[in-house]
Amino acid sequence: MKKILLGLAAAGLGTMLAFGGGAFAEEAAHNAAEPTHFPIKHPEQMKWSFAGPFGTYDKQQLQRGLKIYKEVCSACHSMKLVAFRSLSELGYSEAQVKAFAAEYEVKDGPNAEGEMFTRKAIPADHFPAPFANEQAAAAANNGAAPPDFSLIAKARAVERGFPQFLIDIFWGQYQEGGPDYIHALLTGFGETPPEGMKIPEGTHYNPYFIAAKSLAMAQPLQDGQVTYDDGSPQTLAQYSKDVSAFLMWAAEPHLEDRKKTGFRVMIFLVLFAGLLYVAKRRIWADIEH
Amino acid sequence: MSGGHSSYTPNTGIEKWVDARLPLPRLIYDSFVAYPVPRNLNYAYAFGGILAIMLVAQIITGVVLAMHYAAETGLAFNSVEKIMRDVNSGWLLRYLHSNGASMFFLAVWVHIFRGLYYGSYKAPRELLWILGVIILLLMMATAFMGYVLPWGQMSFWGATVITGFFTAFPIIGDPIQQLLLGGFAVDNPTLNRFFSLHYLLPFMIAGVVILHVWALHVTGQTNPTGIEVKSKTDTVAFTPYATIKDAFALSLFLILFAYFVFYMPNYMGHPDNYIPADSLKTPAHIVPEWYFLPFYAMLRAITFNIGPINSKLGGVLTMFGSIAILFVVPWLDTSKVRSAVYRPWYKLFFWIFVANAIMLGWLGSRPAEGIYTILSQLGTAFYFGFFIIIMPLLGLIETPRRIPNSITEAVLAKTKSGGQPAGVAAAPETKG
Repeated sequence: MKKILLGLAAAGLGTMLAFGGGAFAEEAAHNAAEPTHFPIKHPEQMKWSFAGPFGTYDKQQLQRGLKIYKEVCSACHSMKLVAFRSLSELGYSEAQVKAFAAEYEVKDGPNAEGEMFTRKAIPADHFPAPFANEQAAAAANNGAAPPDFSLIAKARAVERGFPQFLIDIFWGQYQEGGPDYIHALLTGFGETPPEGMKIPEGTHYNPYFIAAKSLAMAQPLQDGQVTYDDGSPQTLAQYSKDVSAFLMWAAEPHLEDRKKTGFRVMIFLVLFAGLLYVAKRRIWADIEH
Repeated sequence: MSGGHSSYTPNTGIEKWVDARLPLPRLIYDSFVAYPVPRNLNYAYAFGGILAIMLVAQIITGVVLAMHYAAETGLAFNSVEKIMRDVNSGWLLRYLHSNGASMFFLAVWVHIFRGLYYGSYKAPRELLWILGVIILLLMMATAFMGYVLPWGQMSFWGATVITGFFTAFPIIGDPIQQLLLGGFAVDNPTLNRFFSLHYLLPFMIAGVVILHVWALHVTGQTNPTGIEVKSKTDTVAFTPYATIKDAFALSLFLILFAYFVFYMPNYMGHPDNYIPADSLKTPAHIVPEWYFLPFYAMLRAITFNIGPINSKLGGVLTMFGSIAILFVVPWLDTSKVRSAVYRPWYKLFFWIFVANAIMLGWLGSRPAEGIYTILSQLGTAFYFGFFIIIMPLLGLIETPRRIPNSITEAVLAKTKSGGQPAGVAAAPETKG
């Protein structure tokens, strides 16, 4: 057994030594004016309340994030998979959820006369999309349809690179690539492009954008744009954190349940394994093997 | 079953009644209770049992997921999200199933490497090994089709790339691809047939597993020394000895499994698969799941034409060949000695082979350009060289270490010299 482990270690080490070099070479190959690998800058790793094995969502933060989504993002970005009823998980009462849903209008029908009609949304409805369809969304936004936000926090993550992606497994359990990316993107618009870089017309430079050097969306959030009623700072930095956390919740609403269940499962499995080990030792005690 | 007569004695009236009509309890008793296993098996031998449990777990979670899944391009993505959000414990089922696939492959790679290290494929276990390779092929097909079902970007484009392989074959290529797709491009008929086959293949795997276990029980297990069982003192009864050891190994494996499911459920997936499939937007890098990466690297390593074989066909043949070559491993290995424990050179090359496989996996995740292509070509050359050149050659030229006369002798020599077998420093069969 020891030999197997030693062998594995040696194999891993050899691979690392030989190819760490290759990975670094790739990093160094960036040309400042015309980069070929994106994003140009890696997102900063933020502290999130929902990170780690005991992570939980900060309900106040999610409520602030919801406010930003409602007042800013939802003008262009749909969130089709999220139902109003699930907002109760953000700490709202049933009546509050009802009132919140009633602020939206949704299409329903056909009624008895065969007509489609609009009505006030109820908690069972999902967030209505700002555009009738993807073509309409693209037409209104310079040809690029704004992506749906239901899963955006799980659908975007910047590659961590070698050897960080291995370290991530056991040190830090890093699963927050999505919110880190969203936060970096939202705060990354102010930077000036390096000299000589050509920015296509109608797009906006952002070194954190995952697919190119610039994107169709202009900076969506500015200091003081959204009024918070809980006294939190009304800054871009705070807005970006709050809306990123909210989008993580939207993408993974059962995260807390998952981590709580996981802890119980782990305790059970460790105890169970311990008992099996003791039993195994006893059964094999009189057998040379 | 392994040559010996049955030691099952029905005690109660019911047991006798059943035994006279359908001796299933006798079969189970002989196969999983009284069945003799070598006494020196280490934990590398626990992965067969782990794999059996993983197959059952995947089938159970999969059957329940299928109750909520809709195999239609317009519904598939959202039906998976409905499982994640609204089905009771749906997130758990789905994460168990998707991470379970990764764990299944982790276990099967260890299981195969163990077979290569201890020479488990050598006579008289050739059929046992070949059945294992068939199981591997079925697993690969099942996993690939399962990955298509959530109908995300990687599902769609993965399916497009992999079914595209078949067009590399002249004449028969296009009809095969159209048969797989149910049309000319990945679309609803593709999703429907993949779902149907994804549900069918695991039961075929279960069938081949029964043959695999049957063949195993005919020849008996190998063991770290590679010496066949010669006397009763070489073995212990399956239950309680192997059962408890396998159960302990399984519990450790489940801890790793649970760690991923509950703390890092999306670590082994690709973020792009949370974007609904879009036939008009190609992802920047199309990468398969991690357990296919070494084969993907070998596919892309062939960037040159070889005579009438163009680079595309060459890549596809190389990739299929990398699995096909496993079928003939029992005849490529010319060594008279079974276990790598007594083969110093083979042992060295084996670990280089492992490192090479890991390196190919990493290269499979990189874009196919520059230094990565050259490294992939070197890796591919070593992969095939290991089987075609090193295996046959080493058996002829290598001088093996002295082999003990029996398993019992090896075990006793080890304990006498304080946990070390005579002449073998810290061999892998060290107590564990």
